[in-house]
Amino acid sequence: MSLHAELTVDRGARFTLNLGLTAESGETIGLLGPNGAGKSTALRALAGLLALSSGRIELDGQVLDDAAADEFVPPERRPAGVVFQDYLLFPHLSALDNVAFGLRARGMDRRSARQRAQTWLRRVGIGDHARSRPRALSGGQAQRVALARALVTDPRLLLLDEPLAALDASTRIEVRSELRHHLADYPGTTVLVTHDPLDAMVLADRLLVLEGGHVVQQGTPTEVAHHPRSDYVAQLVGVNLYRGTSRGTTVDLTTGGTLTTATRSDGDVLVAFGPTAVSLHRTQPDSSARNTWPVQVHSLEGHGTITRVQLTGHPDVLADITPAAVTDLDLEPGTPLWAELKATEIRTYPA
Amino acid sequence: MTTTQARATPARPQARSRRSRARRAGGLPAVLVLPALAGLAFLIVPLAGLIVAAPWPTLLERLADPAVLGALRLSLVAASAATVVCLVCGVPLAWVLARSELPGMRVVRALVTVPLVLPPVVGGVALLLVLGRNGLIGQYLEAWFGFSLPFTTAGVIVAEAFVAMPFLVISVDGALRGADRRYEEAAATLGASRWLTFRRVTLPLVAPGIAAGAVLCWARALGEFGATITFAGNFPGETQTMPLAVYLALQTDPDAAIVLSLVLFAVSVMVLASLRDKWISPNAA
Amino acid sequence: MRRRPGRLLGAGSVLLLGLAGCGDGGAGTQREWQSSASGDITVFAAASLTEAFKEIEQAFEEANPGADLQFNFAGSSTLSRQINQGAPADVFASASPKQMQKVVDADNAGGDPTVFVANKLQIVVPEGNPANVTGLADLGKQELDIALCAEEVPCGDLSQTVFEAAGITPSPDTLEQDVKAVLTKVTLGETDAGLVYRTDVAAADEAEVDGIDLPAAVEAVNEYPIVTLAEAPNAETGQAFVDYVLSDEGKAVLEDYGFGTDVG
Repeated sequence: MSLHAELTVDRGARFTLNLGLTAESGETIGLLGPNGAGKSTALRALAGLLALSSGRIELDGQVLDDAAADEFVPPERRPAGVVFQDYLLFPHLSALDNVAFGLRARGMDRRSARQRAQTWLRRVGIGDHARSRPRALSGGQAQRVALARALVTDPRLLLLDEPLAALDASTRIEVRSELRHHLADYPGTTVLVTHDPLDAMVLADRLLVLEGGHVVQQGTPTEVAHHPRSDYVAQLVGVNLYRGTSRGTTVDLTTGGTLTTATRSDGDVLVAFGPTAVSLHRTQPDSSARNTWPVQVHSLEGHGTITRVQLTGHPDVLADITPAAVTDLDLEPGTPLWAELKATEIRTYPA
Repeated sequence: MTTTQARATPARPQARSRRSRARRAGGLPAVLVLPALAGLAFLIVPLAGLIVAAPWPTLLERLADPAVLGALRLSLVAASAATVVCLVCGVPLAWVLARSELPGMRVVRALVTVPLVLPPVVGGVALLLVLGRNGLIGQYLEAWFGFSLPFTTAGVIVAEAFVAMPFLVISVDGALRGADRRYEEAAATLGASRWLTFRRVTLPLVAPGIAAGAVLCWARALGEFGATITFAGNFPGETQTMPLAVYLALQTDPDAAIVLSLVLFAVSVMVLASLRDKWISPNAA
Repeated sequence: MRRRPGRLLGAGSVLLLGLAGCGDGGAGTQREWQSSASGDITVFAAASLTEAFKEIEQAFEEANPGADLQFNFAGSSTLSRQINQGAPADVFASASPKQMQKVVDADNAGGDPTVFVANKLQIVVPEGNPANVTGLADLGKQELDIALCAEEVPCGDLSQTVFEAAGITPSPDTLEQDVKAVLTKVTLGETDAGLVYRTDVAAADEAEVDGIDLPAAVEAVNEYPIVTLAEAPNAETGQAFVDYVLSDEGKAVLEDYGFGTDVG
C-alpha cells in the first residue's frame, strides 16, 4: 500500500510544477509552501482534477495517471477523498446529505447511505447538525462535515487542501487537534497542503517544502526545521515544537526540561515558539524573562540574513540570530551558552 | 414611501442606531431613485390606461363569453407547454454554451439570440419554411407520419417555444457561468459521474437562474403574437390564443380587446406572483 | 422562388407599422398630368394597395419633383383607429367603406370620400392547384386546408357575404388577420386554397399561385374610398395625390394591379 507520484504539470511558460512524491499507507505527507508554490496544483493532479503534462501517479499498484502511456483515471473513479480549502459543501444539501453524497454516487441506497453518513457525523462530533444546511454551520462544523464527506467512502488517498486555513484562531487549534487524531486512525495515505508550518509540523509525518513548483527540501518536520537548506526554508519552517504536560503555567516537556508559559492550561499540550523568539547569551542573563536554561551549540547554518543555531539542552532548541551576533558570541559547535525566552512568546495548544 | 422615510433618517442622528438597518436597506441616492421611478411609471402607466379605458359595466358579461375562456385556456396551456419544451431543450443547450470550450461557441451563443432580434412574423414564416406542410422538414413529417404542425395547437407551442427559448437559454447560461465550478469538481472527487453531478449539483446550484429564465420564457410565450399567427394560424379553440383574440377584437370592438388584455394580464400576474412565493424565493434567499 | 423574400417582407409590413419597404416600383409611363404640388405628404393606405400605390408614387413624384410621398400601409381598421387617435396623415385610402365611415363620423375627413376602385374576391390556390379546387364549394370541404380572412377584417366580412350568397358553410383551418397573410399561407403551400382579393392574386408571382374567379352570381364588390383628412399637414399636396389617383393615369396603374375602376 503506497503512493508513488512523479508530478509534472506545465502551466504555460511561467510556471511548471515538478515534484516527486512517495508515501506509505498511514503516512501523512505535508506539502508546505507559500501561495503560488504549486501545492494546490499538485493536489489537483493527485485528485484527477488536472491531467499531468508528464510523469505518472500510482496508488497501491494502480496507475491513476500516466502521461506517456496516455492513461488517465478521471476523478470520479479515483479512490481519493478531498477536503477543499473552503470545504465546498453543497449549499442545497443538508450536512447529512453532503456526507451521504459520495456513497449515493457509488450506488448505495439512500437509507444505508444516510445511516453511514450519520455514523461519520457522530464520529467527527457533529451528529446533532445532520439536518443543517451548510450556511447554518460554523466554520469548524463545516470543516468536520467536509472531513466526514471525504472519509465516508473509505478512500485510500486522502487529500487535504489547507484544511484549517478558513478557521479562526481558537477554532483552528481545536480542529487541528481533532484532525491529528483522525489522521492517526486513518489507514490510507494522506497528502496535506498547507502554508502554515505549525499545521505541517503537527499533522505531517514528512514534509516537502515547495518553492516555484519545485521541492527545495524534504524530510521529517524536525529534520527540515533543524537543518533548513535555505533562507527560504528556514523562514518557512522555523518553529520550536514540543509536547508536554501542563499544570497552570508550568509545562513539563516530554523531551526533558520545563517551560513557563504566560497562559494557563492543564493536561497534555503542544508548546510552540519561533526561533526568533530565542536569544542567546554567553553568561546567565539577569532578566525578567521567565525561561532561561543552559544549552550547547550543536550546529550552525547560515543563510544570508539569518543563522539558525541548533542547540542541545533541556529542552533542545532552535534559535535564529544575525550573522553579526554569531561573530560577537564567537559561536562554534560545542560553545556553552544560555538560552532566554519570554513566556509571552510561547503558544500553548491542547494536544 | 419607504424611500422617503429612509432618506429623512440621516437628518435625525438620535434615531440613527435604531433605524440604521432600515436606512441601509432603503437608503438609495436620488440620482438612482428618480430614474427608477420614471422607469416604473413608463412601464405601468400604459397599463393604467387600459384599466381606465376598460368597459367596467359590461366586464363580467364579456368575461363569461366562452370564446374568451377558450382563448385563455389555450394560452395558458400552450405557454406552459412551450416553457416545458424550452426547459427540456434549453437547459442542456445553456449547459453546452456555458461549458463547452470548443471554438465557435461565441458564434453559437449569438445564433441563440436570433429569435430575439428576428421580427416574430418573420420567425413564423421561417418556421413555415422549415416545418410547414411543404417545409424542408415538414414535408417529411407530412409524408411519413401524416402529421402537419401549422393550424394545430402543437404548432402554437412550437411557435411560442421558438420565440421564448432565448430568454431561458440566456438566463441559464448566465447562471451557469456565474456558478462556482469547484462544486462540480468536489462532486467528481466524491465519485459522481458528470450526469449525476449535473443533476444533483449543477442544476440545484443554478435553480434560481432556471426559475427566472422559465418565468421570462413563460411570460414571453403567453404574450406571443406574430410567430404564432403566422405559423399556426388563427382558429378559435385550436390556435387562437389571447393575443390573437385581442388583435382581432381590436379591429371591430376595441372594448373587447381591452377586456381580453386585462384578463391576460391579471392571470399572468397571479401565476407569476404565486410561483415567486413558492418557487423562487426559497432558493434565492 | 426569386421573389419570395420580397413577398414575405410584404406580408410582414402589414403588421410592422411604419416599416417602409423599398418598392422596386414599376416602369414609369408617359404622362401629361401636371401640378405644382410639393412638400411631404403621408398617405395611410390599405395594405392591398401597396404595390399599386408604390407605382403611382413614382409617377406622382416624377410629375411633382417637389413632392415626397410617405406611405403607411396597414389593415384599414388599424389605419382608421390611428387616424381617429390623431396620427398625422394627409390622405386615407381605405379598403372598407365601414372604416372610412368611422373617420367621417369622427369629423376627421377633409371632405366627402370618393370611391376610386373596387375589388373582388378570388379563390387563390398554390401553383398547379394540388387539391384540384374548382369552385367555392371546395372551400366547405373538411379534408382541405383552407385559409380565410377573420370576420373582423374587411376581406373576412366580404368573404362571409360571398359564402352566404352561395349558401356554402366554409371550413377554414385558420382565420388570418389580413388578406396578405392568407396569400402567404397559400403561396407557401400550407393551405390548399384561400379567398383573397383578385388584386392580391394579380400582384403575386404567377409561378406560385393561381386565381379562380367566383361565379358572377355570388360576386361581392369591395369599394375603396379615398379622402384627404381634416387635420392634414399638407392638404394641398394631399388633394393633388387624390386627384392623381382618380386621374386616367392613376386608374391605368390600378387596373394593371387587378382593381376595377368602373366605379361611382
